Amino acid sequence: MYDAGKVILGIVVFLALVTFPLWYNLAGDASVAAPDLEKAEGTQCVEDAEWMRGHHMDLLDDWRDEVVRDGERYFVGPDGQRMEKSLSNTCLSCHVNKDKFCDRCHNYMSVDPYCWDCHVIPKEVM
Amino acid sequence: MNLFFSLVVIAVLIVLPWVLVGAAGLDYLFGVIVPYVALAVFVVGLIMRVLQWARLPVPFRIPTTCGQQKSLPWIKPSKLESPYSTWGVIGRMLLEVLFFRSLFRNTRSELRDGARLTYFADKWLWAGGLAFHWTFLIVVARHFRFFLEPVPWCVSVMEGLDSFFQVGLPIIYLTDVIIIAALTYLFFRRVVNPRLRYISLAGDYFPLLLLLGIAVSGVWMRYFDKTDVVGIKELTMGLVTLSPVVPEGISALFFVHLFLVSALLIYFPFSKLVHAGGVFFSPTRNLANNNRVKRHINPWDYPVKVHTYEEYEDEFRDVMKAAEMPLEKE
Repeated sequence: MYDAGKVILGIVVFLALVTFPLWYNLAGDASVAAPDLEKAEGTQCVEDAEWMRGHHMDLLDDWRDEVVRDGERYFVGPDGQRMEKSLSNTCLSCHVNKDKFCDRCHNYMSVDPYCWDCHVIPKEVM
Repeated sequence: MNLFFSLVVIAVLIVLPWVLVGAAGLDYLFGVIVPYVALAVFVVGLIMRVLQWARLPVPFRIPTTCGQQKSLPWIKPSKLESPYSTWGVIGRMLLEVLFFRSLFRNTRSELRDGARLTYFADKWLWAGGLAFHWTFLIVVARHFRFFLEPVPWCVSVMEGLDSFFQVGLPIIYLTDVIIIAALTYLFFRRVVNPRLRYISLAGDYFPLLLLLGIAVSGVWMRYFDKTDVVGIKELTMGLVTLSPVVPEGISALFFVHLFLVSALLIYFPFSKLVHAGGVFFSPTRNLANNNRVKRHINPWDYPVKVHTYEEYEDEFRDVMKAAEMPLEKE
């Protein structure tokens, strides 16, 4: 083999890069399992849980546009109840703890939503 | 034919996991076994290719006429285009790997105004290639949010910059737009231009379509047909910590994405994509142009039996003298 030193160095760097996630996660003491979410206080969400898992941001985005642009502030929930389209007042009235609900998954997935640039977190007000 | 063949293979690669996970429920096969096999093939295959290249001797420097070679002290040498030192070679290599310097020199010739042959710089391939490679690097690096826990700050910063304009929700990544635009351009460049289509092989169309399939399936999953992304991270974290799990509720589209990536990893070491490693073994890029400064001995040289003129003269001195031929030594 020619230039063995350089070639082996290159292969070692390549292997280090490929196996980096393994070392990183073994070295870190954080749990690799998905986070547990706090149980909601209400019994009925506005959509079913599986749909919400993937699409809650669509719902909030639609709500924002409907409320801010069209002034449609209310919707009728699945059990016929009239509810306000509001992140702080409706969503967080059941999912009372942002830290133990929203943030757990968002931190796990490294998602940084800009909801709270404008909205206040109810707990912080109280 | 080459194009048609590539399209059929891509269609099979998409339909296979779609049907087998969606209908037959083989999610452990496509979520755990196939990715592990693909990674093993990729790592071992790439190392084998590299070792194969490393065994080939490159005894002589191959000067390319891109710049003035180092010569007399009053002639200014071109340090990067024709490097004569290791640092110069490193500089040329960096220019090549990071900015595709030699592709930047690309020219085209065309008949213009009837029969006038015109040569002109053609930067489109360079621009498309550069756009694809850099965005692909960023996209791959961004995916480390699925493989690392806690997610390091540099990945978050990259995501923040990539979603700088805050368009849509989930925020549209600039690299997602650029990579699909670049790949689409690179693909249609081969299809539209008849001369390029004539020289294009299945091995040219297939990687572009495969990468396009990966990008589109990923984009589709992020912006349109969303799925439980926390479940996906559970799966990927299980893979990288060697304790695989396949959580419930992950859509078949994710398995299509993962299967196409696995196909890319398997295809990589045995195709033109291996230029990622091969670029470092390019003799015209990685050797200093110092033929005139240093003597390079051919490693497969064996001692050749020679008969020098001096020995020849010694052997035939008397005869040559008799014939009155001029001699070096009397």
